[in-house]
Amino acid sequence: MKPGWEMVIGLEVHCELKTATKLFCGCPNMFGDEANTNVCPVCLGLPGSLPVLNQKAVELAMAIGTALNCEILPSTFHRKNYFYPDQAKDYQISQYDEPINVNGHLDLPDGSRVGIERAHMEEDTGKTSHAGSSGRIHGSDYSLVDYNRSGVPLVEIVSAPDMRSSAQARAYAGELRAVLVASGASDGKMEEGSMRVDANVSVRRSVDDPFGTRCEIKNLNSVRSLGRAIEYEADRQIALIEAGEVVVQQTRHWDEDAGRTVTLRSKEDAYDYRYFLEPDLVPLVPDAEWIDAVADTLGMMPAVRRARLVRLLEESGGASESQLDQVATVVDLRLDDLVVSAVAGGVSSGLALARTANEAANDADAARRLDPAAYLALLTMEAAGTVSATQAKAVLADLLVRGGGDPAAMAKAKGFEAMSEDSLASTVAEVVVAHPDEWGRYCEGGEKGDKLAGFFTGLVMKATRGQANGKAVATELQRLRGG
Amino acid sequence: MVSSGEWSAVDILEQHLAAIEAGDGAVHAFNLVTADLAREQAVEVDRKVAAGEDPGLLAGVPVALKDNLCTRGVPTTCSSRILEGWRPPYDATVVTRLREAGAVMVGKTNMDEFAMGSSTETSAFGPTRNPHDTSRVPGGSSGGSAAAVAAGFAPLALGSDTGGSIRQPAALCGVVGMKPTYGTVSRYGLVAFASSLDQIGPLATSVADAALLFDVIGGNDLLDSTSLHRPTPRALAVLDDGVDGLTVGVLSEFLDGAAPDVVARVHQAAEALAGAGARVEEVSVPEVAFGLSAYYLIAPGEASSNLARYDGVRYGLRVDAEDVAAMNTATRSAGFGAEVKRRIMLGTYVLSAGYMDAYYNQALRVRTRIIEGFTRAYHHCDVLLGPTAPTTAFALGAKVDDPLTMYLSDVCTIPSNLAGHPAISVPFGTGDDGLPVGVQLLGPALSEGTVLKVAAVVEAAAPPLAAPVLVEGTPT
Repeated sequence: MKPGWEMVIGLEVHCELKTATKLFCGCPNMFGDEANTNVCPVCLGLPGSLPVLNQKAVELAMAIGTALNCEILPSTFHRKNYFYPDQAKDYQISQYDEPINVNGHLDLPDGSRVGIERAHMEEDTGKTSHAGSSGRIHGSDYSLVDYNRSGVPLVEIVSAPDMRSSAQARAYAGELRAVLVASGASDGKMEEGSMRVDANVSVRRSVDDPFGTRCEIKNLNSVRSLGRAIEYEADRQIALIEAGEVVVQQTRHWDEDAGRTVTLRSKEDAYDYRYFLEPDLVPLVPDAEWIDAVADTLGMMPAVRRARLVRLLEESGGASESQLDQVATVVDLRLDDLVVSAVAGGVSSGLALARTANEAANDADAARRLDPAAYLALLTMEAAGTVSATQAKAVLADLLVRGGGDPAAMAKAKGFEAMSEDSLASTVAEVVVAHPDEWGRYCEGGEKGDKLAGFFTGLVMKATRGQANGKAVATELQRLRGG
Repeated sequence: MVSSGEWSAVDILEQHLAAIEAGDGAVHAFNLVTADLAREQAVEVDRKVAAGEDPGLLAGVPVALKDNLCTRGVPTTCSSRILEGWRPPYDATVVTRLREAGAVMVGKTNMDEFAMGSSTETSAFGPTRNPHDTSRVPGGSSGGSAAAVAAGFAPLALGSDTGGSIRQPAALCGVVGMKPTYGTVSRYGLVAFASSLDQIGPLATSVADAALLFDVIGGNDLLDSTSLHRPTPRALAVLDDGVDGLTVGVLSEFLDGAAPDVVARVHQAAEALAGAGARVEEVSVPEVAFGLSAYYLIAPGEASSNLARYDGVRYGLRVDAEDVAAMNTATRSAGFGAEVKRRIMLGTYVLSAGYMDAYYNQALRVRTRIIEGFTRAYHHCDVLLGPTAPTTAFALGAKVDDPLTMYLSDVCTIPSNLAGHPAISVPFGTGDDGLPVGVQLLGPALSEGTVLKVAAVVEAAAPPLAAPVLVEGTPT
């Protein structure tokens, strides 16, 4: 970002709801099936067909609203009219001036808060693919339309223009994805299109200036492209203004390969959607009981989960920067319950967090299925010195593959048994005798000398193929040094 | 008769198919006669009767279907080129209910294209003619259904009524036609014209038959979100209750623009009701005068959206062109007739940014005022009485090039659609030209029982109407 400028960003996020069936008919809501197999008169928009609202979709929309701290209101559906081949009725049923969720907010991990203006329901379109070299409609030989996605339920989440950097926008997208997943409403997969992000970007010289003219950027397929596109777009607008030109309000397309945005259509070419109340549907008026029932089934949101882990760390003396990163990782991968149950079983929060963030996270899918009791047992063994850290990691890898088991038996099967004190002492002694110079310097102490503890520990570990307990080695070295 | 074994469904069907064969060349009530499918249905009814199974309320009764009701595997054209070749993969809910009631569906009837018209002349397949005088129109848009019943091609027919499309042709053809309360009959499978106004209803030779058909097709349907969740009252059960103690309001605004011979028949019907024990008084609902204007903003607005899907991409006509947008334009230019295009353009305009509030939203406010006006009248009236159409059947070609004059045909029927209320047209003698006159009874929402029993009294007092005599062959 060029100094002397501030960017203003608002995001519009479309997320596909994880319902079994579509928004207005009973067709399966499935990704990746053979084209035009999950269709019926309603989602094909055949003459005479009528929409019937999916109750589960409403509940997931309300779950999103609740998770984003929105007011849930009586709402209506409108028709948004425009011609496009993948739009079966040539209008889209969408909520317009009376959306189901309004006035919420999302708190980001850095402590900032982004306003949510609305989160409304609408139906998805089909997918058009263009045959020919370009892959785009212009210049293609012919086009094919797959209506499997037609009528899939969407919620569009519109943020306030509250973000001021591409990093904050990326954090918002990441946190929103986590909230959507945690609420059970969506997969939140940007790459598969189940979460699609459009960015509204403008620039201004000072926080006291009014907002500049904005451009909307489409075709952002990852959080990374979101950040790149915002940076590019802000620079483009600044260059225009500094050259004495003006920013024209328009919709722009992010070209990932070229790393730039290009004009899609300007405001003058914008469609007149001729919104009017959808006469085939009736107003949606959820009562307080229904809203409460949805809220009761909602799981903990990521921010609450992070706070829970931080509290555990603070109870044992505080959280370091790197531990805060581990907290974010663990919550992001939805492995925090493993940490909490291990701590409840008596394992230190630092150890539980480190093993989860560093090792269990390597196979998060398996870790989410792992038996928490087995995990607790393993960490308890490591804490007690029954197995070394290296051995614990090896057993954990096995546990993840099997989904559970008895870690003690698995350690024994691998030949991991705690070394007796005698055998450890003799190994340490052998290592010390073999390296008299280093031993001398270690005995001198001081900053340089103390560092050699690591040298000796490493040799002991090598000699015992990782079976020695690191702490026990350190204790033995200090005993030999005489203090 | 069929359930008792007196007649076989096959015999009844063959008589009607013979009548169609003999007379429909002159009338053109049907776009398609589904003789083979009808024979299969009739055979099945006869099998059920022989086996002692319940053949249903309409066992063996031939029914004609307006060609905007979806029939599985059977072409459904809305009398438009744009649906050429399209066969719906599903049945409309009313069609399913007819099947279950043992009805025998004889064919799909002609209509104004997409139900836009009042004379059946905007059909892409040529006009239907009035069986009472084949130089006259049958009214519209359900002109084919009304003519089929009047000509004896089928004792029952279904039509759809968006601004009078059941009642006005019923009046012009001398048959009974009812538009039920919005939401009492499922619209699932009715090809939409204006969704907030469309309602399917019966056409029949008698009030009792219309009531029976309404009982069969009505009731909640999960496939239509605007379908009412309430037990369907049996209209047929109250038909003979009479009008003693009821108050009938003669709606003065409806008399204002009507021809003197039509007005005379309305007064005669009012006298008959008074004679049967009803209190009759004159009532004014000034708001209904604005109905026509409001209707021609709301209905085209909704139609412009409903008819957007006929774009050549998925079904029906496609006229190829160099790209998708050009193909859309070419298809729609070739596939729609002039009246449909006129209404799509009008509707697109009234919904456009900058114009919506002045036109569409203003019309919605008028609609609310009309409901309020009716509600006021129903504080002291049980039903309202007036003409169905301002005139008897007019000559073919007389109004087709003058849309505004044509639109006036529906001035007395439109207010019930805007209000969502039930209304019925009952034949009541003829005009000075010897052609049928229909009188209309209107009631508040869900008052079908009351409206029908008053209609039965009017029917009993009506001067006799000569059956149409059809000459074989095509009209000159």
